[in-house]
Parts: sequence; structure tokens; C-alpha cells
Amino acid sequence: MDLATLDSEQRRNNSWISVQFQRIHLDLPLLAMLTVLAAFGMLVLYSAGDNNADLLVRQSIRLLVAFGGMFVIAQIPPSIFRRYSGAVWIVTVLLLIAVLAVGSKGGGAQRWLDLGVVKFQPSELMKLTLPLVTAAWLASRSNPPTSRSVLISLALIAIPVLLIAKQPDLGTSILMGASGIFVLFLAGLGWRWIFGGMGLVAAALPALWYVMKDYQRQRVLTLLNPEADPFGSGYHIIQSKIAIGSGGFWGKGWLNGTQSHLDFLPERSTDFIFAVLAEEHGLMGVIPLLALYLAIVFRCLYIAAQATNLFNRTVAGSIGLTFFVYVFVNIGMVSGLLPVVGVPLPLVSYGGTSMVTLMAGFGILMSIHTHRKLIAR
Amino acid sequence: MRPSGYFFNNRHAERQLFLARAAIAVIGTLILAGVLVAQMIHLQVTQHDHYSVRSKDNRIRVLPLPPTRGLITDREGRALAENLPTYRLELIPEQVTDLEETLQAIKALVPLSELEEKRFDRAWKRRRGNFNPVPLKFRLDQQQLARLAVNQHRLTGVSVSAHLTRHYPYGASTAHIVGYVGRIDQRNLESVDPSNYAGTTHFGKTGIESTYEDQLHGWVGEQRVETNAAGRQLRVVESTLPIPGEDIKLSIDIELQRYAEQQLGDKAGSVVALDPRNGEVLAFVSLPAYDANLFVNGISVADYKRLNTDKKRPLFNRSLKGQYPPGSTIKQLVGLAGLEHGLISRNHSLSCSGYYLLPNSEHRYRDWKRTGHGRTDLDKALVQSCDVYFYDLARNLGIDRMHNYLSKFGLGQRTGIDLLGERSGLLPSRSWKKERKNEIWYPGETLITGIGQGFMLTTPLQLAHSTAILANGGSGYKPQVTLGKNAEPITAVKIPKRHLRDVERSLHRVTNSRLGTARSLSENHHFHIAGKTGTAQVYALSQNDEDEDAEVREDIPEHLRDHALFVGYAPIKDPKIALAVIVEHGGSGGAVAAPIAGRIMQWWLDNGSPSPASKTPSP
Repeated sequence: MDLATLDSEQRRNNSWISVQFQRIHLDLPLLAMLTVLAAFGMLVLYSAGDNNADLLVRQSIRLLVAFGGMFVIAQIPPSIFRRYSGAVWIVTVLLLIAVLAVGSKGGGAQRWLDLGVVKFQPSELMKLTLPLVTAAWLASRSNPPTSRSVLISLALIAIPVLLIAKQPDLGTSILMGASGIFVLFLAGLGWRWIFGGMGLVAAALPALWYVMKDYQRQRVLTLLNPEADPFGSGYHIIQSKIAIGSGGFWGKGWLNGTQSHLDFLPERSTDFIFAVLAEEHGLMGVIPLLALYLAIVFRCLYIAAQATNLFNRTVAGSIGLTFFVYVFVNIGMVSGLLPVVGVPLPLVSYGGTSMVTLMAGFGILMSIHTHRKLIAR
Repeated sequence: MRPSGYFFNNRHAERQLFLARAAIAVIGTLILAGVLVAQMIHLQVTQHDHYSVRSKDNRIRVLPLPPTRGLITDREGRALAENLPTYRLELIPEQVTDLEETLQAIKALVPLSELEEKRFDRAWKRRRGNFNPVPLKFRLDQQQLARLAVNQHRLTGVSVSAHLTRHYPYGASTAHIVGYVGRIDQRNLESVDPSNYAGTTHFGKTGIESTYEDQLHGWVGEQRVETNAAGRQLRVVESTLPIPGEDIKLSIDIELQRYAEQQLGDKAGSVVALDPRNGEVLAFVSLPAYDANLFVNGISVADYKRLNTDKKRPLFNRSLKGQYPPGSTIKQLVGLAGLEHGLISRNHSLSCSGYYLLPNSEHRYRDWKRTGHGRTDLDKALVQSCDVYFYDLARNLGIDRMHNYLSKFGLGQRTGIDLLGERSGLLPSRSWKKERKNEIWYPGETLITGIGQGFMLTTPLQLAHSTAILANGGSGYKPQVTLGKNAEPITAVKIPKRHLRDVERSLHRVTNSRLGTARSLSENHHFHIAGKTGTAQVYALSQNDEDEDAEVREDIPEHLRDHALFVGYAPIKDPKIALAVIVEHGGSGGAVAAPIAGRIMQWWLDNGSPSPASKTPSP
């Protein structure tokens, strides 16, 4: 039955070119959408970086590396990820502990491990490892998961998340926690757990206030009333909202954003690049971008639905949903819905590390989608 | 971890569970995406106008363009107040990262005085933000400019800006008439429309600069410039040019003014010269004076202390505010009052024995000439300035009639000159004494009022003004220091022709008869002068002091010596100049003040030119 479904599905939408891509383990629709997104991102980045060609060259190199990484990972069968995820998890947790102990500081937080030649960010590796290890664990137990396996999953998630939160890197730990929770959710986590967890989070929110660091509290307060300190903590969000709002329906035109080109908008080529896009292209630029992001997410979920086993399904679904969380947190933060956390806008923001990780995730997705015959055999 | 057979059996159920969860995820994703879209529509459509305005406010700064202050010239068009380009060192608060460090760096390049630092501290505390620069040092010289230019890159937030600074080329000579501008303060701003002064740094504080502030200032323009977040101005979007202030032409002749100053020399005193035909002020000297340029950008404490504690009071405008007993310089007016009321005629005479007695009183009202003038009529009384004659006349007139008549010549009231701060002098009367001192008027006080002593006080301007009225035969014009306005006639007093002729003849004899108190004027003048000397007592000599002699006072210390006064006009036939000269502690009016007045009148009649209005008759 599974074989039949597979074959029919493959016959249904497999044009010749699509089949050729499948042969080299690439999913054509996903690749196409990611390419369009990256191209669009370059366009926005060119404007955000004040027409700086140098910036574009560097970003292009990163994109090439990221797409190359995706291609390489796509060649690896999913079973390999499944088999080694546990070992990688243990190693990465040790690395995270090492980072806290001896890691070099960058921007006030300890995130990097200096390996002499290259600086290595173990948290990026953990972003990939966490959904894999959670999925591998759940796939090896009965489904839907028992309370015991849920608790063990939560431990697998909580340990790295807490280690990263301590660096501190709130953005990454939230995204990472989400990716693990998504695996649990897609694997059929019981509703008792879901509602119980939600209740617990709601109850813990006040307590969370006391655990938060001062700057984190400030960010929450700023979200609620940015005008309280318009030239201090509120500056980013006020300028960003002015950029978005003044863009209006049609935008001010490419390269014509005053907020960005006159330096009012901070961090406009990295975390706040969405504001540049919204200012210059208006709502008519924002809606297509969101649509493209949603299409990518849905393609991921489609791949998950087509996957042949629990591990593949939950990993693919989690990667897709985590990708959406990136988008939601970034745009929510830039438009004043969420407090400021350092989350880039995927494939648009300038910056290398997270892009490589992200594309590696899509590599895993492609691997899952294009290795089904092998599993079926 | 290979899937075991047990789980294989549940694969279908597993997939169904997953699909259900995936469906929920899709719904959740769509909801969250909907939230984002809703927020975008809120910001970009609903609140678009609000954010558009804020975006514009962000980048567009409205900079005031202050108008250029009008020039002040003398009647010949010579600049008395001009605007010179100067360079100013300023800090832009928003761009200065470390104030202490920046100041240290600047100090290494240009010296900063204690005063400059103090003034900067104050200005820094009051800074208005919005990239408004705070001035640190005014008037940079070329060398300092060059040093700053070379080091510009190290000095963030430090800028050098070119400004026009008010400059008074004649310095002290015009200080008491042109006045000066100073840094604008809160009180100045309250008296004007602050928006028109948005970019203005200086404000007229005294003199013409103050009186004609409105005309001189002009109207502010504005410039809309696009700036980036750092406040750097990128381009001018739109600008409205300011309307420069009006130039003001004074009736003063600066050469006459300086000549008059030279004549006073190092004495403290005052010269006010008017054109009796229109009220134009030709010279307005008050000495000592001060360099008005010191005040433009704030005077240093040391300089101010020096000026303020100087015993000769250089900051005091004697011509406008100095109140002196007029002494004998009002006798001709008292004489006219006597003629007017029929109390005397030109032939009326009395015998002067050196003092005057009131009935039932032992008190001797002394004449300045101990031996007396003998038989004295009005002519002799004026020519030789006999006091006894005027004691008698004053007694017959009474204080009320005297007050009435003298006030017609503008005494005891402001002339209305277009300078601020004029004093009114004092013309005593019964009601004044009752009101101010709550005392009745004593007959003896009438007597000394008749010779310009006692309570009576006049400003040099008033004396010149009353002399101009007399020169004009009883009519006159409001004194004014600016040209361009029509002369403002004032109805003063009707003087019968024959009275005027008699008094004028006597005043002429004052300056050219062998016995006249100003006989020194008879030499060297090719024109006829009517004049009257005066000597105002500073040191109240005891009436019974037998050693006292008004003419020999060389042994009295200078600050106790009498003020020397002279009023007069010339030429008698067609008066072109009327003036009052006061030399403080100069001694005798005839010996000291009269020659000065004579030279000034001569200079004017030789070199002066009438006002443009009278030069070119209107078509």
C-alpha cells in the first residue's frame, strides 16, 4: 500500500526535469522557492546596505556555501541522521558546556568556540541535532508517545535549550525549543500534555519576569510602550515602525527608503531588514514575501506528509514549522508585536551562520523527500 | 534504531495522527501569518499617514535663517554699526560623545578663557537639542581657524560656523547713542515674537539698537533641510529667504560728534546739538564713554567691573539721563516769563548790592558777584548773569507762573526723543513739593528756582531742546536721532516778537560784549551767537561764608567744583544749530563751557550739511 501510494504520487507530479532533480536528491519546488527568496533577499540587501556591492558579494558567497551545504546534506540518507543523532547530541551538549566554560565572547554573550582556524558555534549544530534526536527517540518508541518517552524527549530538548539560554542567546533557545516541541507535537503528543504545558507556561510567565535579565525585561517594557524612551531602548522599534508605516501600500520605491538610507533605521541589513523592505516596497512587497514564506512552509509540511516513517515526518514537519517561527518572530519583532530578540529574517538578513544552518535543514528535508525509494526497497 | 515489526502495524494510524497534527499546524501557521498581515495593514494602511509624518519629521529639519541686521549710519551714510564676518566655534550636543574629552582636545588647539568656559557651561546646560549648536568661542582668528580645520576629523560634534557679528567702527564715540547689541536673553524674547527670533543670537540692548530693534532686526527666513540620523545636513529641500533688517540713518554727524568729544577732552560732560529747524540731533556726546564692541558677545567680568566702578561712570548716558541744576542757563526764560506777565520791561531796573533780602528775613540770597552789579536792567542781568535781578523777578512771578512758563520750553518733562531711558528732569512746583515731600513751598525756594538752583534739574538734552525752541522763536520740533521721519512740530510758547528781539540781543551780547560772561566767544567767529552761561553748584557753600568767591575756586578739589554750562544757538539770524554743553566740575561756564560750544558751532557752520530733506526740496 505504501509502495503504491509512493509510486502514484511520484508519477503524478514528476515531470522529466523534476525526476532529474530527484536523482541528485533535490526537490525542485523547494529549491526554486528558496532561490527566488534568496534573490529577492539580495535585492533588499542591496538597498539596505546602501548600494554596497561588497556586501552583496559576501552575501553571495555565503549563499553559495549554504546551498552547497544543502546539496551535500541532501545526498545523505535520512537513516544516517537517525542513527547518529544521539551521539551528535551528546557531543554537542559537551561542546555547549565547553562554550560556557572557555568560549570567546561576542557581543556580550558566549557563543563561540575558537578552534584555532575557525570559530565554531555549537548552538548552530544543536539547532539541527535537536529535532533529529527527538524524532529518533520518539520513532523508536510506541506511538502515540507514552508519558515516559515524552519526559525523556523533554529532557533531550531542555538540556541544550537551557545551556544556550545561559550564553545568553534567547532567540536561538526559543527557536530550538520550538523545533523540539514541534517534533513532539507532530508525533502525536497527547492533548493533556499540550494544554497542561500551555497552562504551565501561562502560570510560569510571572515567575519568568523575575528570572529574566534586566535587558530582557527592558525589551518587554519597550514592546509595551516604545515611546517611553524614544532615543534609548525604544529607538529601534520606533524607527522600524516608522519605516514600515511610512512605506504605505506601494512603498517609497527601491533604494528610496528615507528611514534606511538616512541611517534612522538601525541594524537594517541584518535583523531589521524587513523594515527596509516594507518601507521601500510597501504592503505590495510584504504580502508576496509572506506568501513565499508560507509556500515554503507548506511545501515542507507536504514533504512531511509524503514521508514514509515517523522520524522523517516529524523531522521534516519540525524543520518547516521552525522556519516559520523564524519568519514570525523576526517580522513580529520588527513590526512591534514581539519583544526584540535576535532572530534574522531567513535568507534575507545579512549574515552567514544561521543561513548555513537553515539551508542544511532544507538539505535534510530534500534528503527525506528524495530517498523514499531506497527506504521502500 | 530500526523500526520494529510492532510499530510497522501501526503505520497507518501513525500517519493519520501526523496528518491531523499537520493540519492543526497549517491552521496555526495561517492564523499567525494572518496576525502579521493584520499588523502590516494596521501600520501601512491605517496608520500610514501618521508614520509618513513621523518619517518626514525624522529627516526634515526646519532651520531658521536669521535676517541680517540693518546698518546704522550717520547723516552722511558713514557706518556706525556694521556686520562683520566672524568665525565661531560651536559644539553640537547630539554629536559629542565625550564632552570632557572633546573640550580637552579643543583646548590643545585654541586657548579658552575662563569666561568662555563658564559661558559655555551655562549655554550647554540650557541646550535646546535637535542639533542646535552651543557656542564655545567667538571670533576665531585665522590661525585658530586653520588649526581647527586640520584637526576637524578628530573633533566629532565640533563645528566652525561663519556669522556676522555686530561691530561699531567708532567704538566709544557712538556708544551712548547707537548703543549696542548683546546676546539675546529670556526677557528680550518675551518682548518680541519668538518665532521671528528663532535663529537670532543678538538683541539691541541700549540706544538706537534697542529703540529700533523691530526695524533693524528684519524677518526670519527658513530652510528645510534633509538630514540623516546623525544630524548631518544632506540637502536643502526648500528655503524661504529672510528679509534683512532696515538700515537706519541717524541725524548725527559722526565727524561733529568726534570733534565735540575732542573739545571736551578728558573732562566728564555732555554736548547735545540740535538743528532747531527740524529737531534733528546733530551731536550727542556723553563723556566718558566706553567701547560698545565689548558688549557684543558678552563683556568680561574684569572689563565690566572696570567700567562699572569707574568714578566717572562711563556707562552713564549723561546727555539723556544726567540731571543737572541748570543754573543761570534758564535766566533768559525767566526773563521772558517776566516780560510775558508784564512784571518787567526792558527799561525796568533795580539796584544790585550783591545780595537779596526777603521781607522779615535776615537770610541773604547772594549774588555770584559779592560787590554787586549796581543798577541792573534785564539786558545787564542777562549779559552779566546778575542773580539779584532774577531773585526779584522770581519773587514777583511766583513759583506757579514760573513753573508754568518754563514747562512750555520742555523743562521737567521728557522731550520724547527716540532713545530709551530718557529722564524728565525736575521742574519744581507747589504741588510737586506737597506730593513728594509733603511740605509747603517756601518763598526762598522761589528765589533760587529763578536762578536755576534748588530743586530744579535738567538734562543736557532738555537744555538743548529749550534752547532750540527759543532759537525758533517759541515753536519747535521733537528731538529725533533718526532721519527719514518727518519733523514732528510741537507747539511750545508764543513769544511776542519784541520780547524775543530784546532777549536775543542780550544773549548775543553775552557772547560778544566786553562784559558778557561768554566774552571769549567774541573772537574768531564770523557769525553771531546767542548764548547763556551757567555755573551749577555742586558743593553747597555756606551762605555766610565770607571767604567764598564764585570766580576763584582753584583751591577746591575737582570733584567738588561747579559744573560749567553753556547753552546757545547760531547764527542768530537763521539758527542752524542749538546746543547745550555741560562740563562736569569744569568750573565757570563762561570760561570753560562757552569756548567749547563756540568751536562746535563753528565746526558745524563751516563743515556741516543740512539734512537731505532740507537739501533737496520736495518736487
